[in-house]
Amino acid sequence: MHNSQRTQKIAFLFLFLATLLIVVPVGLIVVIIIQKGLPAINWQFLTDIPRQGMRAGGIFPAIVGTMYLVAGAIVFALPIGLLAAIYLSEYSKDNFLNRLIKLAIVNLAGVPSVVYGLFGLALFVIFLKFGASILSGSLTLGIMILPIIITASREALESVPDSFREVSLSLGASKWQTIRHIVLPNAVPGILTGTILGLGRAAGETAPILFTVAAFYLPRLPHSIFDQAMALPYHLYVISTQVPNVDEKIRYGTALVLLVLVLFMNLVAIIIRYKFRKKKKW
Amino acid sequence: MTPKIKIENLNLWYGSFQALKEINAAFLEKRITAIIGPSGCGKSTMLRVFNRMNEMIEGVRTKGNILIDKENILDADTDLVVLRKKVGMVFQRPNPFPLSIYENIVFGPKVHGLNNRYELEQIAEHSLRSVLLWDELKDKLNHFALSLSLEQKQRLCIARLIAVKPDILLMDEPCSTLDPQATSKVEELMRELKNNYTIIIVTHNMQQAARVSDDTGFMLLGELIEFGKTEDIFTKPKDKRTEDYITGRYG
Repeated sequence: MHNSQRTQKIAFLFLFLATLLIVVPVGLIVVIIIQKGLPAINWQFLTDIPRQGMRAGGIFPAIVGTMYLVAGAIVFALPIGLLAAIYLSEYSKDNFLNRLIKLAIVNLAGVPSVVYGLFGLALFVIFLKFGASILSGSLTLGIMILPIIITASREALESVPDSFREVSLSLGASKWQTIRHIVLPNAVPGILTGTILGLGRAAGETAPILFTVAAFYLPRLPHSIFDQAMALPYHLYVISTQVPNVDEKIRYGTALVLLVLVLFMNLVAIIIRYKFRKKKKW
Repeated sequence: MTPKIKIENLNLWYGSFQALKEINAAFLEKRITAIIGPSGCGKSTMLRVFNRMNEMIEGVRTKGNILIDKENILDADTDLVVLRKKVGMVFQRPNPFPLSIYENIVFGPKVHGLNNRYELEQIAEHSLRSVLLWDELKDKLNHFALSLSLEQKQRLCIARLIAVKPDILLMDEPCSTLDPQATSKVEELMRELKNNYTIIIVTHNMQQAARVSDDTGFMLLGELIEFGKTEDIFTKPKDKRTEDYITGRYG
């Protein structure tokens, strides 16, 4: 008895330490970036173009570029991802081909982002002749977040109780009417959550935009979707490794802006999910 | 009197498992017919043939004829939307949509293309009156339907069904989640509805079958063992197995 209690305590200690081990690095990253980056944050930093070879001025074009890219990625990925999810969860039969498709989508989520970058370069920039442009970058990011959106949407659709579908069909509604009026409205919060998580990922990735859109130094806003643009993650990479003598404060300031942007998106996703769970009563 | 529904040599398989075997029966108009039998005897399957809800399950095969008003609904070219408007279903668990009470009732008519607000309101009132809920709920039509009591929910589900103007009501153990008091109220409602609808109810509660139904069918292992007037089935069953079941010797 006494012995098993001691084992219990030791096990508890290890589990606690393992958890702590996860929390500490995350906390440290946030603390260090805030501590070193916060002094750089001011109105000029957020709204001015980079000056003196990116050693002074602001990061406004990079913030705007990232927003364009994220918006473009979502315009492309959400409709396609949602339609695919509806097909997979509502229409597809459980056969070999469809299982293969589902497996492929899961695996697509694990493909390294630099591979997406090369794929985007080959397909959009070179083959379709979009050049290095916001269009190419958005499409590449869109493909990267498709699996996230499809998986989250499928889960949201599948969590709608079958009894709702049954009733709707038994009242003479068609399958599409059932999906449109009953299944989709109840799946929206889950779909939104997945979408926002995808957005966060799209905002933070460097490799997919490296060859497809990112401008090294473009101290103006892009003119059209065929224009190149600066983007936060790539800008951070550039001022950290490619440009000598950049003030540490500017680098951490840029990192802080990116971090806040991504955390903010995740926070929105968490709030939506929380509200949804509270409302769900069936 | 020609029967409302006639079943001829009905067989049904789930994959290789035969759930219904050579069923023949006739259901009369504006009567309540109960289907009783132990769990797994195929009574729910039988009920779901009438509006072809079984087809949601993969690997279902059906053979035979079901004539509703002399039309074989198992024909490949049967319009399921028309069939299901005519043959409505009440499920075991009360399952209103997570919408307002009003939206629940007008869901069917709206889906079938009715958009006139005045007509929809008329339908909502008529449907709620038919299930004796109007006085209770007329001031709460915009309330969330999931906040109702179980009995009210089940009545609302029946009202939602009546709103699409069916002929036949299928009820799959409609009282199994209700307490005795609510059950007796729903049974009262069923007797009321009998004046306008042909009702088929599946129940594992023999007292309920005896109380509400005019005709009863007893099923066992996918076969319809005996079918006839309820009083005959319960007082002088012809088959030994029926007698064993209704006297509670097994099941």
